[in-house]
Amino acid sequence: MSEKLLVTVGPHHHAPDTVARIMWEVTLALVPAFLISLYVFGGRAFVVTLCGVLGAVAGEALVQAVFQKKPVTLADGSAVLTGVLMAFSVPAALPWWTAFLGGFAGIILGKQCFGGLGQNIFNPAHIARAILLASWPVYMTTWLKPGAAAGLIGPLPDGVTAATPLGLMKETLRNPDLLNSLAASGTTALQHTFHELQIGWGSLLTGTIGGSLGETGKLALLLGGLFLLIRRHITWHTPATMLGTVFLGSLLITRDPQMALFHLLSGGLFLGAFFMATDMVTTPMTKVGHLIFGFGCGAITLLIRFKGGYPEGVCYSILIMNAFVPLIDKFTVPRRFGEVRAPAQEVKA
Amino acid sequence: MLNTRTFSGGLHPPDLKMTGGAAIVPLPPPRKVIIPLSQHIGAPGKPVVAVGDTVEKGQPLSEPNGFVSAPVHATIAGKVVALGNFMHPLGVASTAVVIEGTGEPEPAPSPVATDGLSLPDDEIKKRILAAGLVGMGGATFPTHVKLSPPANKPIDTVILNGVECEPALTADHRLMLEEPDKIISGLKLVMKVLKAKKGYIGIENNKPDAIRLLDEKLRGEENLAVAPLEVKYPQGGEKQLIAAVLDREVPSGGLPMDVGVVVQNVATAAAIHDAVFHQIPLTERVVTLAGSCVKNPGNYRVRIGTPVSEFIAATGGLKPDVPLVKVISGGPMMGIALFDLNVPIIKGTSGILCWSAAEGALRVATTCIRCGRCIEACPMRLLPQRLKNLIDAQRWASAADLGILDCMECGSCAYICPANLPLVQSFKLGKKVVLAERKREADAQKAKGK
Repeated sequence: MSEKLLVTVGPHHHAPDTVARIMWEVTLALVPAFLISLYVFGGRAFVVTLCGVLGAVAGEALVQAVFQKKPVTLADGSAVLTGVLMAFSVPAALPWWTAFLGGFAGIILGKQCFGGLGQNIFNPAHIARAILLASWPVYMTTWLKPGAAAGLIGPLPDGVTAATPLGLMKETLRNPDLLNSLAASGTTALQHTFHELQIGWGSLLTGTIGGSLGETGKLALLLGGLFLLIRRHITWHTPATMLGTVFLGSLLITRDPQMALFHLLSGGLFLGAFFMATDMVTTPMTKVGHLIFGFGCGAITLLIRFKGGYPEGVCYSILIMNAFVPLIDKFTVPRRFGEVRAPAQEVKA
Repeated sequence: MLNTRTFSGGLHPPDLKMTGGAAIVPLPPPRKVIIPLSQHIGAPGKPVVAVGDTVEKGQPLSEPNGFVSAPVHATIAGKVVALGNFMHPLGVASTAVVIEGTGEPEPAPSPVATDGLSLPDDEIKKRILAAGLVGMGGATFPTHVKLSPPANKPIDTVILNGVECEPALTADHRLMLEEPDKIISGLKLVMKVLKAKKGYIGIENNKPDAIRLLDEKLRGEENLAVAPLEVKYPQGGEKQLIAAVLDREVPSGGLPMDVGVVVQNVATAAAIHDAVFHQIPLTERVVTLAGSCVKNPGNYRVRIGTPVSEFIAATGGLKPDVPLVKVISGGPMMGIALFDLNVPIIKGTSGILCWSAAEGALRVATTCIRCGRCIEACPMRLLPQRLKNLIDAQRWASAADLGILDCMECGSCAYICPANLPLVQSFKLGKKVVLAERKREADAQKAKGK
């Protein structure tokens, strides 16, 4: 009995979750939405996602192997997840090389520049989307029509693009002449949008609408979100407050339950609420912080959708709230066990 | 069923309690015992025997050195063969008395029984001190000190700790099932000395038989009750137990007596009964033996001072085909990994776990992803992630401001951390440095004042 024994500090037992397992499970939770995007947008969705992931993986490997000369940590799944999330928030019509650049830039500028995993302030997938939107605004606002045969790569054939519901809604509301004629015929802007795009409430849920690659299938995203909730990788706090704020806010602004529902089910809200605003690295660490963060994301989304120039505001709302995370963390420190709030602080010399 | 209560924070690691059904087996006296003079928090005792002396079982080997101190006793009859530095389970060498047994059969104990409850308080405390009683849950704080609170801290409630929240350990569970009357008697003695009005025995829901038994025994006792608790680690921590049972928060840096409570482990309560009623010193304790490497896992009554290797051998030894990788003294969460199996079982040893590679596998630390699980798990509601960053950056003062000294090293944060960061190591270091700086400042102040 004199062989060498392993000596470590406790705890000697450990919960089964690892960082890699969390990252891969979040990626797994995106699979239903990915299948929907393949159904709605065809092979281009696959090409864009693949190129986005390859770009992210290339960025991660380049920095770690060449610049840092450190072990490459692709196996932890975080770069793959960033690539997938980036691809999910861009149009399926995006040229393949743009998607690659998006993933690449997201990892390098959005993550590795800050020091790598766990250090970045902003959601790298959304940084990538913001970079692409600023660099190639036309590509980034060319939306594939659901079910259109657009080939795998190369230029888009004619007649395969369409507006997003939120985009068309914004245009409609900005066009006084159109609004007058709609009012004369007793049609609401919502009915007009649905009619023009030949969609209904069902399409908003299933995802057969124009929009970013992975954001349209609300039911599939909800399924993934439920999986994350059950696996406890996310809690209800952020998604519930973000979705709730957008729904109730739209209701207050428009006084129209249908419009509130339309705003809840449109754009990237579900993707943002379940997968982006819950990113552990770039969001607050406490439950109270999550509530504040979710509310902020919802409120800024509303502000951009109703008052801003863009039809959709989920991406920027989350990026803006990312910047407030240190502040939120600072003000949501839990009261310590047995802490007596000192009546008079000691004066420090 | 009675209502269950709990505290905020904490988590529930897998129980691993495989030996709850195994009755306590008394082991024969070992051939040799190594009895460290320091088996408690506080000053080590002064030896009162010399090499060559013949000692009887139960004879004191040391006398307390100051108020926060306790004596140790010979746990077998025999001859003192060494008095010197021997390795202690905590990993440091310390003074110990080594006794070699005579090998002769022990005479049957004929303890004089007195009705302890009719004794004056001072006599009860004297007997407890003389028996060398310390907290047997693992913290090993001398019992008589806990029973002597200052006059300005009246105690209204005594809680017996039968939580045993550490996975794998079942020693207290078995003791509650097999010696409930001793435990209750010990509780009454403690309450009498402290003039406490209420007494509780806190037990987690995963021991329904113990809850039922003690609940039945306490029926008709107006001021005593079982407090069934939700299963959650670290509910056996004094502060968590008090929060769970009474919803009182011990102030940061304070002691249970600051909120009118004294907590004693159930095994200590049983030992208090023996010490006061029969004047039996603390010479043995119940130890859980578990892990995939041992042939006969179970609960054993072991002489204090028995080397761990001899203890394992006496139970039937290790499985020859499962390589031993890690041996833990205590539970899987807060236990100490032993580096040498010649160290003795001491008063605070609640379990010995013999783990194979499967159980003791090392995990590689990765990167913090700010998931916040450590914050949720911390029973003291600290910010483990932030504290670790501050300690890594050697920002001791900020770590102190964020409550590093409140950390009790329960390991909940490190258990749940998906990046497997060495949080407890950081906090041990941080606490040490902060305490050292405080002491240095206090000394400087004193020097200035003179």
